[in-house]
Amino acid sequence: MSHYFESDDLKKFGDIGRHAKSLADQFFKYYGAVTGTDGALTKREKSLIALAVAHSERCPYCIDAYTTACLEAGANPEQMTEAVHVAAAMKAGITMVHAVQMNNHLDKLVM
Amino acid sequence: MNAPADGNATIRAYDFDAALETAGLNLTPQSIDILQLNVTKLCNQACRHCHVDASPARTEAMTRETIEQCLRVLEAHPQIGALDITGGAPELHPDFEFLVAQATALGRHVMVRHNLTVQLDGHPVSKRAMDHLPAFFAQHKVEVISSLPYYQQYFTDAQRGGGVFKKSIEAMQRLNAVGYGIDGSGLIFNLVYNPVGPYLPAAQSELEAEYKKHLQQEFGLHFNGLFTITNMPIHRFKLHLQKSGQYAAYMDKLLAAFNPAAASGVMCRNLISVDHTGALFDCDFNQQLGMTVRPRSTIFEFDYDALMQRRIRFEDHCFGCTAGAGSSCGGATA
Repeated sequence: MSHYFESDDLKKFGDIGRHAKSLADQFFKYYGAVTGTDGALTKREKSLIALAVAHSERCPYCIDAYTTACLEAGANPEQMTEAVHVAAAMKAGITMVHAVQMNNHLDKLVM
Repeated sequence: MNAPADGNATIRAYDFDAALETAGLNLTPQSIDILQLNVTKLCNQACRHCHVDASPARTEAMTRETIEQCLRVLEAHPQIGALDITGGAPELHPDFEFLVAQATALGRHVMVRHNLTVQLDGHPVSKRAMDHLPAFFAQHKVEVISSLPYYQQYFTDAQRGGGVFKKSIEAMQRLNAVGYGIDGSGLIFNLVYNPVGPYLPAAQSELEAEYKKHLQQEFGLHFNGLFTITNMPIHRFKLHLQKSGQYAAYMDKLLAAFNPAAASGVMCRNLISVDHTGALFDCDFNQQLGMTVRPRSTIFEFDYDALMQRRIRFEDHCFGCTAGAGSSCGGATA
């Protein structure tokens, strides 16, 4: 029986270029430039952002990869957990801010 | 290259010599600046990553005769400027203080791999107190090099055992109190960072700045420099990787991060390691694997010129010294 999200499949990420190599090459060049180097943000800050996004987007590959990347950038579990809380707070806030739309519509409906 | 499965059967797939050849590197000896002695495998701790498998149960110890021969070699070879004493906890060896005093009397720079907690734990067998060590180190102006896997308790205790962080902080305070790590004292106190698992160290300079900030702010502690050292996939750490199914992934990571610049600076090009029997090795890791220098030699047959002509022995664990920014007993190499 096959499964989704086998951790070994992360090694196959590079294979996404199998049928569109040029596009994949451009993507990986961009991806490496964004995540793999210090810029206006440090590699650690970028790794923590990526870890938060990995959680909010619920990507098991990315959670594994960026847990390791955060450790290799010198982050500690407190910082990593706070990053996940930022993702969680944003998710909650995004849900709650839609209540404005609900209230707007309530105002329209209710006499 | 296909990654081998965990275990020894397919280990040769990680071919360090081939990696050197591909990179066009020929790593020959450059000098023998450092004589590194592993004087005992006895230790008050039993760290999970320890490449020596040191513990309170180990009994291996260098004889007085071998220690005296090491001193004779130092005396006869002024080009060997430094003595690096390691273990185990080297301070637990009965002739440790004799060795330090004699080597400093010869004008050699002496480095001691000091695990901090031995100051408080004392001798695990004889129960002899070891709280005199900071004053002893200061008297002989020894460079003290101590492992502290992180500036917080979580990682430190995970790697080195419960309660180690708290004891390490107290031991560091005692070292600071006699001048170690304090500007202008001339007493050098360096820390060592090891990852607490199968991943590579962060950038050495950034970690050093963070260690300094946190240890100063939270504990009032001072030190000179931080060495980042990669965990070697041998012995106790290798066993952990194999048992947890992470060995192949770790080796793949080291291989993928092979850095020719780091390889050029590997420590085996500038030191000779001596085990408790007096046998000679290219480094402490080869020593723990029983890979003597070729041709086999001992400190009693020490021949500087012959050793400079030797072919350094490499195996798959050497990828640990060449990954990323590199790794050596003095930290990053690139």
